[in-house]
Amino acid sequence: MKILVCISKAPDTTSKIAFTDSNTKFDENGVTFIVNPYDEWYALVRALEIKEALGGTVTTLSVGGADYEPVIRKALAIGADDAARVDAPEGDSLFIAKQIAAYAKDKGFDMILCGKETINYNGSVVPGMVAELLDLPYIALATKLDVTGQVATLEREVPGGHEVVEVQMPFVLSAAKGMAEQRIPNMRGIMAARTKPLEVVPAVAAGNSAQVVAYSLPPAKSGCKYIDAENAGDLIRLLSEEAKAI
Amino acid sequence: MSVIIFADQHQGKITKSSLEAVSYGAALAAQQGTTATALVVGPLQGDGGLGAVGAQKVLHVQDVNTSDSQQLTRVILAAVASTNASVVIFSHDITGKMVAPRVAARLDAGLVPGATALPDANNVVKKNVFSGKAIADIQLLTDKKVITVTPNSYGIKTTGGSATVEAFQADAGKAGIVVKEMKSEAKDGEIPLPEADLVVSAGRGMKGPEHWGQIEDLAKILGAATACSRPVSDIGWRPHHEHVGQTGITIRPNLYIAVGISGAIQHLAGVNGSKTIVVINKDPEAPFFKAADYGIVGDAFEVLPKIIEAAKAHMANK
Ligand SMILES: Cc1cc2nc3c(=O)[nH]c(=O)nc-3n(C[C@H](O)[C@H](O)[C@H](O)COP(=O)(O)OP(=O)(O)OC[C@H]3O[C@@H](n4cnc5c(N)ncnc54)[C@H](O)[C@@H]3O)c2cc1C
Ligand SMILES: Nc1ncnc2c1ncn2[C@@H]1O[C@H](COP(=O)(O)O)[C@@H](O)[C@H]1O
Repeated sequence: MKILVCISKAPDTTSKIAFTDSNTKFDENGVTFIVNPYDEWYALVRALEIKEALGGTVTTLSVGGADYEPVIRKALAIGADDAARVDAPEGDSLFIAKQIAAYAKDKGFDMILCGKETINYNGSVVPGMVAELLDLPYIALATKLDVTGQVATLEREVPGGHEVVEVQMPFVLSAAKGMAEQRIPNMRGIMAARTKPLEVVPAVAAGNSAQVVAYSLPPAKSGCKYIDAENAGDLIRLLSEEAKAI
Repeated sequence: MSVIIFADQHQGKITKSSLEAVSYGAALAAQQGTTATALVVGPLQGDGGLGAVGAQKVLHVQDVNTSDSQQLTRVILAAVASTNASVVIFSHDITGKMVAPRVAARLDAGLVPGATALPDANNVVKKNVFSGKAIADIQLLTDKKVITVTPNSYGIKTTGGSATVEAFQADAGKAGIVVKEMKSEAKDGEIPLPEADLVVSAGRGMKGPEHWGQIEDLAKILGAATACSRPVSDIGWRPHHEHVGQTGITIRPNLYIAVGISGAIQHLAGVNGSKTIVVINKDPEAPFFKAADYGIVGDAFEVLPKIIEAAKAHMANK
């Protein structure tokens, strides 16, 4: 089993969100980057479980600059066998997808696992684009993955429940909650990660299809209006008359 | 040049978030002086109510497996070609997330996922980023454009028009997946959480699953969906599909009532786009109050019966 896991980095969830360069760039000052939780907890860990059960290799792939390395080493510490980084400034989703597709094209991966979304961009876009560029089936928001021979059985979120689908390898999926449980890397993993192969590959030429022209912060709440617990029923009147919410 | 909108349906009814996407697409078409066509797959009654929200034309495809991202993509691409569409709109819902990226990749089009407003004259579209903690203005640079619209952000705009319905056929090609089974989790008549206008949510402060009756009662009276914090679904007090937040689902209802939830940043990430937030917590220092519009400091078990009673009276007089 040859598995590719696409790993992106994201600011730690408790990071302060601020911008520089007249609000066109995310201010990385003092921000700790983590492996995007969906990529780590769900896609990577499930890939490792499958490898442990059936044999094979797990390779991670990231599109980004040298500042990606700590995050890639973390993925290696959790258990990936090797890693590749497409050396490029992180562009728009289509740019990233083209890089992933170009890398994966002739390498014979049985499956490509991505996270459901990056928690900074919240796109849910890259894996579907990769699937189309490679002409592969795509299971979005998958919550379960099991493998028997060359067939995978997956569950995915649909309105009102879950759908069980079968797909022939190779395919692409985006992983949502349910697929696996977080794994904390141990000391041995961390040591081993230092010497695992990390290949840096050049980017392929691809244009820009979209760009961020400005960031802003949402308008601050005007403050909380407190209602006395004794008169809690007043809430309903305020929600109806003032907030017009019910 | 025209605008095409994929309108998804659930159990024979066009979904609310798709009606919003059609409203959005119709407004965009009007802005650009062109027409808005909606594409529907599966059973359709009349024009499905799509004319009333701004579609001029409905392309109706009988029979394609909408669970298969490849087949659905091929049909959408055929409709894009046949209407000479330059903008393709989806809802940022489960189906939109599945197919919009494929369509964009094939058209080599820029995509804004989860737009919250119409594009401006420079094709700049607003979207929430950093789990709702910031807004990005994203400029689409390609001729063809794909936009998915965040549910509950643009709203449904009734124009009162009607649409002509045309049968549409396209070769969906080979299937990529086989659907084996549908496991239904929502009880009949229950409102799907991502679409809900009103949400009553509760956390560990409720002490145990046996106390959720009051949460369900309040939701039922208001016509709201129920949600919960992550630990609550992790311990199994509530089903996983109710888990909201950074690792669960993101919602932006008109009203979010949080009972016994502390308001950790990862929880807020999934709900801070809600229009009005009510927080009920016995700890006045609970961080959630900072994100709240209305707050009640008190014991949920004393406060909820009062609210339920007032809600009953309010709905009876409505
Ligand atoms: C990477 C990461 C991702 C995460 N993702 C999510 C996520 O997606 N969603 C999520 O919800 N969490 C998430 N979490 C967990 C999050 O940090 C919090 O631990 C969690 O939200 C707390 O849930 P809670 O508010 O229900 O419980 P608690 O933090 O235990 O809070 C219970 C609250 O109830 C109040 N209370 C107690 N008794 C009563 C009473 N009788 N009446 C009224 N109030 C009462 C207490 O004052 C307290 O504020 C994530 C954490 C991490 C690290
Ligand atoms: N720069 C990147 N490098 C590698 N994988 C990425 C990158 N950006 C996104 N991905 C993958 O695509 C998924 C969805 O990302 P997004 O479409 O940005 O929400 C992520 O969870 C990753 O698995």
